[in-house]
Amino acid sequence: MTARRVLGYGGAVLLAGWILVPIWFVVVGAFSTADAIYGYPLAAWPDWSLESMRFFVTSAGVPEALLSSVIVAVLTGVLTLLLAAPAGYALARFVFPGANAYRLTVLSTRAFPVVVLSIPLAVFFLQWGIYDSVWGVALMHTALALPFVVLMVSAVFAGVPVDLEEAAQVFGCSRSGAFRRAVVPNAAPGLAAAATFAVLLSYNEVFAASILTLQHPTLPVFVLTGLTQAPLPFRYAGALFLLAPAFLFILLIRRRLLGVGGGPTLR
Amino acid sequence: MAEVTEAVRAARTATGERRGGPQRWLPYLLLAPSVAYLLIFFASPMIQAFGLAFTSTTGGWGLESVRAMFGDDRFWPAVWTTLILLVVLLPLQFALALAMSMVITSRLRASGFWLYVFLLPLGVSELGAGILWYSIFVEQGWLNTVLQSLGLIDRPVIWLDYREPWRVIGTIVVAEAWRSTSLIVIILVGGLRAIPRDYLEAADVFHAGPWQRMRHVVLPMMRPTIRTALIVRTVLAFEVFATVVALGGTATDVLATQANRAYTEYQDAHLASAYGLVILLVSLVAVGIILVALPTRKERGQ
Repeated sequence: MTARRVLGYGGAVLLAGWILVPIWFVVVGAFSTADAIYGYPLAAWPDWSLESMRFFVTSAGVPEALLSSVIVAVLTGVLTLLLAAPAGYALARFVFPGANAYRLTVLSTRAFPVVVLSIPLAVFFLQWGIYDSVWGVALMHTALALPFVVLMVSAVFAGVPVDLEEAAQVFGCSRSGAFRRAVVPNAAPGLAAAATFAVLLSYNEVFAASILTLQHPTLPVFVLTGLTQAPLPFRYAGALFLLAPAFLFILLIRRRLLGVGGGPTLR
Repeated sequence: MAEVTEAVRAARTATGERRGGPQRWLPYLLLAPSVAYLLIFFASPMIQAFGLAFTSTTGGWGLESVRAMFGDDRFWPAVWTTLILLVVLLPLQFALALAMSMVITSRLRASGFWLYVFLLPLGVSELGAGILWYSIFVEQGWLNTVLQSLGLIDRPVIWLDYREPWRVIGTIVVAEAWRSTSLIVIILVGGLRAIPRDYLEAADVFHAGPWQRMRHVVLPMMRPTIRTALIVRTVLAFEVFATVVALGGTATDVLATQANRAYTEYQDAHLASAYGLVILLVSLVAVGIILVALPTRKERGQ
């Protein structure tokens, strides 16, 4: 092993530690008793007690908020994919005037902060009667996720060889039949990854959700509003609940995140 | 290949598709739902935001809400804190992200593992990251535990001391550097992978050291990528919110926390929209500055 490789591995381990050690701290905090959490100095190893976690999930409002979060996230994932899949397919398969303008518009939505969007939407939603509902939040989250998911999906479809589709047509499929039988099965994992991205964005989003809800907050909003009075065990267990989906979902979609039109944005 | 294309054309004709027929409209039809959605849920609230900011709770057009915003004691501190966070974070994050991207693109073993770990914070919410770092910086937290066990301090330090704004801002910088560097990593990895191997080999032929290679080959080739990453990161930095609340409580203000407070506490959508427009304005100005300061070759006319 050359000196350069040793340096490379050393750097990699240091950087990984910078990410992983803080996560370990939260795991320890979430799986420790209240006594251990308040007992300074802290132990580097948890006592694997479920006391804090149980305290968190049985706190008034938490189960409802968690359920809201999950419903909103699933709605966002489905809605985003339904809107993005046709658009992504069009971008990947057709050459047409306006394609670049569309791409550019989609990319430029990034410059518009969620703060500007969510407040007028709250006013609209009050008029439409969907303020403080899972639908309102899901509609907002879909607007946030849509631009990036369109680009992700277009990359997915571009990765399915057009020859497959043409072969299916040669063998007698209609255009839609070819799409269903040749494209969908090959694109499915990529489409699932794109939807996962939308789900994760929604589960994590807190600013818009806090503007758009009142009595029915999502989990991050519930934790945020209670933060000033929350005891430490509640905070640490809550943090683990907020972090947990990332461990699985990033593992599933990590390779697809690379190279999506200037990088996708999770909030 | 020509026969296949012919056969496809024949098949399409047989199924009723013709050049210039429905085929021509199909892409627009496919884009329509997403365009309609973005018009309703993106463009229209954006326009409405101006309407809200330039009216007030008493009704009628005017600068009342904007004046109320400028008159707020917390307005300028919030602006400065937002800008300071950006200026301190950008170089720190780019250095970190560049190192991480080098690890991912170098041919070290377990590349999938490094990629996973470096991208993990991308899936972590602002609030989750904020509480995570709170558990480290709180008085009976991890940082004090570690420092004291190393004998560097005698008793716990109050890192989140609200009478010491700089200290609190420092903790927010650390938390944000941890959380949002992944996004830059994703963008930079794309750019690094696009550098042709020949260029790097040429640098080796001329005995360029690692520093020279970075300075004269890698960074110039990465220019457009770095520009994209800068824009994305800058725009998002103006929206920093939950990390600040988790670490700074109600004592530290940034523009987004002010906007949120205007709506959730004062129930004033007009004032909140005025804050939103300030964020939009500084974002657009920052993007403009970056575009002018880092022109691509094409724009420089080379």
